[in-house]
Amino acid sequence: MAQRTTEIIVGLFMIAGCAALLVLALQVSGLSPKSAESTYTIYANFNDTGGLTPRGRVSMAGVTVGTIESISLNKETFQAQVEMSIHSDVDNIPSDSSAVIRTSGLLGEQYIDISIGAEMDSLKEGDTFYSTQSAMNLERLISNFASGR
Amino acid sequence: MIGRIAAFGRLGLDIVSSFGRSGRFLAGVLGGVPRPATGFPLLVKQLYAVGVLSLAIIVVSGLFIGMVLGLQGYTILSDYGSEAAIGQMIALTLVRELGPVVTALLFAGRAGSALTAEIGLMKATEQLSSMEMMGVDPLRRVIAPRLWAGFIAMPVLAVIFSVVGIWGGMLVGVDWLGVFEGSFWGNMQSSVDFVDDVLNGVIKSVVFGFVCAWIAVYQGYDCVPTSAGISTATTKTVVYSSLAVLGLDFVLTAVMFGDF
Repeated sequence: MAQRTTEIIVGLFMIAGCAALLVLALQVSGLSPKSAESTYTIYANFNDTGGLTPRGRVSMAGVTVGTIESISLNKETFQAQVEMSIHSDVDNIPSDSSAVIRTSGLLGEQYIDISIGAEMDSLKEGDTFYSTQSAMNLERLISNFASGR
Repeated sequence: MIGRIAAFGRLGLDIVSSFGRSGRFLAGVLGGVPRPATGFPLLVKQLYAVGVLSLAIIVVSGLFIGMVLGLQGYTILSDYGSEAAIGQMIALTLVRELGPVVTALLFAGRAGSALTAEIGLMKATEQLSSMEMMGVDPLRRVIAPRLWAGFIAMPVLAVIFSVVGIWGGMLVGVDWLGVFEGSFWGNMQSSVDFVDDVLNGVIKSVVFGFVCAWIAVYQGYDCVPTSAGISTATTKTVVYSSLAVLGLDFVLTAVMFGDF
């Protein structure tokens, strides 16, 4: 086969590879070109984070507005400190909003839902949620019910 | 008794010296950077032989593996009423594990054995030594393009395998079994991360490509130059490549996805 034909076929092969990688990026992993958009960081302290994991989502009214960056133990209060980054176009979260850990479905993954407050001030970079609600622990719920408390 | 101990020792020495030779061989191949003008056409020719001609088996097996994953996943997941998670299951299995590993195994069988047989026959018919007589370095002229071609072709093939597999899974899951298309893609996109899953899969396939191509060309270059020697070398290529791929896959998975 002529060298040129081989080169063209190999070129098509490489292009097919790049196109496949692009499909994996855009269609399969849902990487949008905007994903490098700017965010700001806010914190929330929980008594119990349950099965919350980093990379989980933060949502408001069911719409994803950010992601969980890290979960660490605050050694002074013995609470879990969750660091989350919120898309910077969502810059008007009222400062008395509360962060609630919810579960999607009965057995689904856990995520943070922000329930909106009424204050005029909004949360800024580095702020902490004033009120939080920890993960619902099914076992504790059942044992409380069984022991009649 | 002493004879047995000696045989055992000889075996150990053989293994160690074989590792040493393959390392020196690799250094010789990678050390001699081919000139772009002469090296590039050779590389393109090998990419055609190793990559493009492997495309058919990769695409067909990817399609069927994706379709089987779709069927099996659907029967299991529908017991829990969560058949919408099928997209996530197919995509994660393919991108993380099956894409790189099955591609590497097929590659070792399809392209690796061919490389070994070709180089082994060149050695048996003394083409390699006559090249040396002419002052052409066979490592640069024959081995290096084949090694690089395997190294480049494997990730491309693995990515194509994953995409075709996901498409096959969608064919079965969405078009045949009636999973809602929006939740198929939506679940997949929310659970597959580009860097953690897709790029780690590509890194795996780069490593496998390197190992498979290295084993194939080394076994060819190091074979006993007889017909029996070539057949042994070809068998060794497939066996060693498969074992190396599966073993390395465990190590890479532990490093990439194991939390410790």
